[in-house]
Amino acid sequence: MSTAVSATPAGESAAGRRLAWTGRWRPWAEAALPTIIALAVAAVIFAVFLLAAGADPLEVYGLIWTGAFASWFSIQNTLLRAAPLLLVALCTALPARLGLLIIGGEGAIVFGGLAAAATGVLLVDAPFVPAMLLMALAAMLTGAALISLAGWLRHARGVNETIASLLLANIAIAIFNHLVEGPLRDPASQNKPSTASIGDDHMIGLIPGTDVHWGLAIGVIVCLAMAVLMRKTTFGFAARMVGGNVRAARLAGLPIGRLVIAVCALAGAAGGLAGMIEVAAIHGRANASLNTGVGYTGILVAFLARHEPAAVIPVAILFGGINAAGGLLQRRLDLPDATVLVLQGVLFVVLLASETLRGRNLLRR
Amino acid sequence: MADDLGLWAVPVAMLGGAIRVSTPYIFVSLGECLTERSGRVNLGLEGTLVLGAMGAYGVSYLSGSPWLGVLVAAVAGAGLGVLHGVLCSLPRVNDLAVGISLMLFGTGLAFFLGKPFVQPKAPNLPAIPLGGWIEQPELRAALEINPLFVVGILLALALAWFLGRTRWGLILRACGDSAEAVRAMGYSAERVRIVATLAGGAMAGIGGAFLSLYYPGSWNEGLSSGQGLMAIALVIFARWQPMRCIWASLLFGAAGALGPVLQAVGVTWGYYLFGAAPYVLTLGLMIATCSPTRSQRGAPADLGITR
Repeated sequence: MSTAVSATPAGESAAGRRLAWTGRWRPWAEAALPTIIALAVAAVIFAVFLLAAGADPLEVYGLIWTGAFASWFSIQNTLLRAAPLLLVALCTALPARLGLLIIGGEGAIVFGGLAAAATGVLLVDAPFVPAMLLMALAAMLTGAALISLAGWLRHARGVNETIASLLLANIAIAIFNHLVEGPLRDPASQNKPSTASIGDDHMIGLIPGTDVHWGLAIGVIVCLAMAVLMRKTTFGFAARMVGGNVRAARLAGLPIGRLVIAVCALAGAAGGLAGMIEVAAIHGRANASLNTGVGYTGILVAFLARHEPAAVIPVAILFGGINAAGGLLQRRLDLPDATVLVLQGVLFVVLLASETLRGRNLLRR
Repeated sequence: MADDLGLWAVPVAMLGGAIRVSTPYIFVSLGECLTERSGRVNLGLEGTLVLGAMGAYGVSYLSGSPWLGVLVAAVAGAGLGVLHGVLCSLPRVNDLAVGISLMLFGTGLAFFLGKPFVQPKAPNLPAIPLGGWIEQPELRAALEINPLFVVGILLALALAWFLGRTRWGLILRACGDSAEAVRAMGYSAERVRIVATLAGGAMAGIGGAFLSLYYPGSWNEGLSSGQGLMAIALVIFARWQPMRCIWASLLFGAAGALGPVLQAVGVTWGYYLFGAAPYVLTLGLMIATCSPTRSQRGAPADLGITR
């Protein structure tokens, strides 16, 4: 909870204090309570599932804690896996503020990664900073083009943006595979078709004292910037107004089409940047490692964060941790690596069901 | 292989490919069609398909009977379908979002439970050699038809009759066009939709059984190439008509078979691009037929997807 609650002045009456309590804490409690209930219910359902599968739930939860947060090593592993989630979650969270359900994050990642790698190969002899900036720019533009196309189709042609973004993501993945295994393939990559390397000099470095690359910091900064944009600026207010009541927004004279396309472009740029960071900080080239379902986890992160860019940060770290613990579960308990997928699926389903609790008076006075 | 037939090998292999590849499309599109006619969208049929494939393969391996596997796939699909239906009946729950979550849940569950079945070989479904009298081996292979393909066509006929000619079909269609009218008739629109989603899920599960028990005929985590995702597209393509779902599935099957067929005759360029042909086809069709001011022709009026 980020609201600072000051201690009530000594002279205030009990009624006044209660009012202050309801005024300050109540909206937060009402927003958080269904999510907390959902997390608890999902934990219980997953525990029952583990019992049925013959595993000890307490041991599994203990191992998830160990693998995700218990040591400096596991925390770094968690943060590494959280880095792309931070950005790709925005790909769903930002358009959701406008009332659009975009699920094309996976497409934005592979497009962004491919554009960054292709640019990086051309700029292999260029100085570090311009090469980085141009790679990021190429990635953000391709991601933005992909997602804003879905937004434009929605606005101009009335095409459902969820289906359109899903189709566009699959088309993007096909183009990615075609280029990586065809025209852009490095002939030296035998077993795993890849583009040529962007060069070791052009890799994003590590944050001093850690094994975590700067991409994590970029992700956190972008999330915070988007939170400010959506909360504190006229642009963000206009976008949220379109999401709240599109007819009122139209009556107020807001340029709905431009807002839809601009927000979708921001969302796609965030997804593209996630792909660029994966390429420039981890793989050094574009290959199938970019297309591993991070985009789909990002949808879940956005929903759990209730499409609030600042809330994406802790949720992405939580899911980075769950993913990081997958390997440990596999080694110690001989559970399939899909255990983590089941946990994510249960969480997502229960979380959506908990939407029905919203607006009901859970906190009776 | 391609020497004696020359370039004729391409259309012949596409015919065979269309029949083989289209069967899962037929089942998922019929399932989605039924669900959407009741006014719900199930975006999670990919998860249903994968779970059905895993269940069918596992049961076929353990029991030795592939048909028992098909039954289990239908039951598993119905289970996910009823979960989708019930969750969406809760107020303020978005059916597209629930679909995405069940897609993740279904595939995760299938990968978890299917881990022991990746290696062993399960008994597959038999084929009907319709082309037994033909000497040409390619043509004979193309006409080896799986019983599930026939079942799919019969199912489409049954669905068309059910939706168009029966009282319950009328109520189901009314649910899709105006839930309030159904309520005024004294039925629960939510209950009809739950049943429609359940039946649709069972059909998608059978489509999965075809994947693991006939073509490609094994179980692994990369088994489905997005056939479940295509369900939505196919139904839009078929304009919500069960019989047109068959033609749409055959067309998409042929498009899907194009890449491998061209590869077999030596054209390796653009394998993945041809694989994306169905997606491009659907997107183009949606762009051509959608309009911001009216809903699509043939679409159920209460359906969230077209508004």
